[in-house]
Amino acid sequence: MTPSTAVGAAAKGAPAGVVVNDFAINVATVNGTGSQTANSTLISAIMRMGVPVSGKNIFPSNIQGLPTWYVIRVCEEGWIAPRPQSEVVICMNRETARDDVMKCAPGGWIIYDEPFQLSTLRDDLHYFPVPFSTIVKDVAPPKLWKLVTNMLYVGVAGHLLGLEIEASDAALAKAVGNKPKALQVNQEAARAGLAYAQANFTIPEGGFRVERRDLTAGKILIDGNAATALGMLMAGVTVVTWYPITPSSSVAESLEGYLQKYRVGKDGKKTFAILQAEDELAAVGMAIGAGWAGARSTTATSGPGISLMSEFIGLSYYAEVPTVIVNVQRTGPSTGLPTRTMQGDVLFCAYNSHGDTKHPLLLPASPQECYEMAQDAFDLAERFQTTVFVITDLDLGMNNWMCDPFPYPAKDHDRGKVADEAKLREIGVKEWGRYKDLDGDGIPWRTLPGTEMDGAAYFTRGSGHNEYARYTESSEAYTANVDRLLRKFETLRGHVPAPLRDDCEGGSAVGVIAYGTTHWSLLEARAKLQREKGITFDYLRLLAFPFTDDVERFVEEHDRVYVIEQNRDGQMLAMLRHELPRVAAKLRSIRHYDGMPVPARFIINQVVEQEASA
Amino acid sequence: MPTPPTLPKMPAVPGGQPKGPALNHRELPMTDYGGGNSTLCAGCGHDAITAALTRALWENAENPYKVAKMSGIGCSSKTTAYFLSRSWGFNSVHGRMPSVTTGAVLANRGLKAIGISGDGDSASIGIGQLVHVIRRNLPLCYVVENNGVYGLTKGQFSATADRGSRSKWGDSNQFEPIDLCGLAVELGCTFVARSYSGDRKQLIPILRAAMRHRGTALVDVLSPCVTFNNHAGSTKSYDWAKEREDPIHEVGYVNPWELEEVEYEAGSGVEVTLPDGGLLHLKKLERDYDPRDIKAAKALLARGRESHEFLTGVIYIDEDRPSLLDELKLVDAPLATLPQSVTRPGPEVLDEVMESFR
Repeated sequence: MTPSTAVGAAAKGAPAGVVVNDFAINVATVNGTGSQTANSTLISAIMRMGVPVSGKNIFPSNIQGLPTWYVIRVCEEGWIAPRPQSEVVICMNRETARDDVMKCAPGGWIIYDEPFQLSTLRDDLHYFPVPFSTIVKDVAPPKLWKLVTNMLYVGVAGHLLGLEIEASDAALAKAVGNKPKALQVNQEAARAGLAYAQANFTIPEGGFRVERRDLTAGKILIDGNAATALGMLMAGVTVVTWYPITPSSSVAESLEGYLQKYRVGKDGKKTFAILQAEDELAAVGMAIGAGWAGARSTTATSGPGISLMSEFIGLSYYAEVPTVIVNVQRTGPSTGLPTRTMQGDVLFCAYNSHGDTKHPLLLPASPQECYEMAQDAFDLAERFQTTVFVITDLDLGMNNWMCDPFPYPAKDHDRGKVADEAKLREIGVKEWGRYKDLDGDGIPWRTLPGTEMDGAAYFTRGSGHNEYARYTESSEAYTANVDRLLRKFETLRGHVPAPLRDDCEGGSAVGVIAYGTTHWSLLEARAKLQREKGITFDYLRLLAFPFTDDVERFVEEHDRVYVIEQNRDGQMLAMLRHELPRVAAKLRSIRHYDGMPVPARFIINQVVEQEASA
Repeated sequence: MPTPPTLPKMPAVPGGQPKGPALNHRELPMTDYGGGNSTLCAGCGHDAITAALTRALWENAENPYKVAKMSGIGCSSKTTAYFLSRSWGFNSVHGRMPSVTTGAVLANRGLKAIGISGDGDSASIGIGQLVHVIRRNLPLCYVVENNGVYGLTKGQFSATADRGSRSKWGDSNQFEPIDLCGLAVELGCTFVARSYSGDRKQLIPILRAAMRHRGTALVDVLSPCVTFNNHAGSTKSYDWAKEREDPIHEVGYVNPWELEEVEYEAGSGVEVTLPDGGLLHLKKLERDYDPRDIKAAKALLARGRESHEFLTGVIYIDEDRPSLLDELKLVDAPLATLPQSVTRPGPEVLDEVMESFR
């Protein structure tokens, strides 16, 4: 079965055999040739025709010269997970062109740069050779050839796929921004591509077509990192310290853009500080120093950064200093595949740093959850006086996702237990201790440096301390303190977002647990497993660690539960087994770890295979 | 055990006698600037520095609630618990005092940051953070209590130990030392001073000026370790320091509110007005030396290194370069306590951003 017929196109008005609104376009280019404007135009034009889309950028760890792909999935049903094959392949990179053709779905279309001479590679494909370098000469002056060549394929694809000119024009205007000259030359290039295709290509029978629908009204197309940054803006972040690392840099860069635009007074003074640190050690050290002094502080990084930050994360846990760390995961270990995705750091973050530690993790699956959890993270960090991780991945962080616009926050900021002078008097200065559990929830009251009151000051240290923050090596004081930290973590369990449970009709003896971006592939796999194989299961999506009681209940209520994740060692499986020993034997594992987002088909095959021997 | 040296008698307060019986400009006695009892070895140079800091804070009449006492890990870093217990201290991570302090000061610019570090903390594990805090010119009085040795781990050489200096067990240090003042001057540090824990007369005014400096003030203080590095053959011992100390000028600092009442010999050296309006005066001794001249500073440091002289005083000062806070253009109020009404933009902002993604 070819992917293009997997769903079955509901062609309205299109000739029989035409696949409408259910295919993928793979644009293969060379890194650094400015294909982003062209690809943004293409995806946005389809979305403007009311058809759901998703875009995945598969790029090298390189500035210029290595191959890069942009895969646009067009899917009326709204599935957005990547698939192993695309139906329409646009070959702009000589180096990968033959390979790209060989990977094309049977019956697919190849739009390619004519000199590549690809038309004899396979006889089950349709070929559309375009003399890009000749056409571009009539469109733009030589210095712009390289940049506008890519716009030509937008026109060619537009003709072949039936894109509406108005939608393409609007998409291009958006992609180019407020630059009339650039808009004009790009528009001419797209028109030239269109004209060439109209004059030279007849659209084959069958094939692929975009048809107008009304499924994207009001939607936005946004990357997860920008969404995280927006959440931080709404959370009222005040100190941002970071060190560049793929794929997290655009969290801080987007945030800086928003802060500079929306958080500078008329007098030019800023209600935030953003600083690029010398390394991740300093980035998190600054964030922790700022959190200690009462700011809403954050840093964004990826796995290698977390490795460097580990000592400080232990300090934050033990000295109880709030901060928020965003980890946009990439493929590890070590430098790994810096531009590929993975859910490879969940275990490392949950128990990060030496000694006994546990940290809250928030696990968004969509840009909207990035936006909301970035806000939750600051409330939790300040309430629980500890590091809170927001864990996303490269797929979510750097790719474009179509979603509903974000709601304005409904909750006020929770600044946690900060004792000002009045509160300290209420407690009684003598009664108060920085690490004293006065409320029975394991959460002590803290004071902020600079509070002008005798008895308010305390000494912060990562070494042994008693409940009055005094240095001690006493076994009793040590144990009492780390046990309180555990009680605090228990309180936290009731404050993190609960998992989302979705039982199938009539319920099932089989359960599935997933988290983060795996969700999207799982949804598609679930629908197709039911449709194709009659296999149904109940589904629980984790939103956070620590696990709430619902997680144990879910496992308990099923005969077997598959934990599906994107890493080699089953990290969430290990955490679930460790945290829920009573039900550990029921847990099974499906793992995908090649650096690419897990395809739905992979999950389908795994479930079918494992269920056969269940 | 070597005998700890007798500390020199308390000098007259450079700003004249305090008003009344030992109350400062804030009407506070010096005991209000005190801290917990030291757990360091009797005679440790660090305790003398703590005493000098306490005195300097008091003489400057700093607001005792608005000081952030920041440190890393090591003997020196412990000392933040031994002064000013009305204020907050943060004994953080080895070598990372500068980053934690940067965050704290960004969060609350109203805090006066005093960073206490050692030669292990600053010249080895934390040299990267030392370099970068200097580069950013964070308002920070950065004191290195330099004894050339790791105390808490029992006497290993540190990166500031001189080549050929002998350990307690007789072995000779085989590597060249890192000269923190030389490094700081090269990096463009805007206040670089060297002093000696046994020279309170000089150390107190240097610390006072360093606290009032606009940006990062690095104060490298030779602070002998009585237990592991105070023997013959050590170049960081009390005997060595006493014998070799060669002040380049006599240092004094006058609070802005005392300028009228204090007499000092004008024209007898260099005077630098600090951002608070106070006056750093550097009285000429044997040589003409202007610490505002970077070339002179580099030449002085080079000579000191070549001839193993122990030259102390304010080596370099630049009050014109903006601090990190100036560069970041922060609001006057502490970022930490800005209300939600200021830090969360309105719905119209979210609408505008959402529109940009359509």
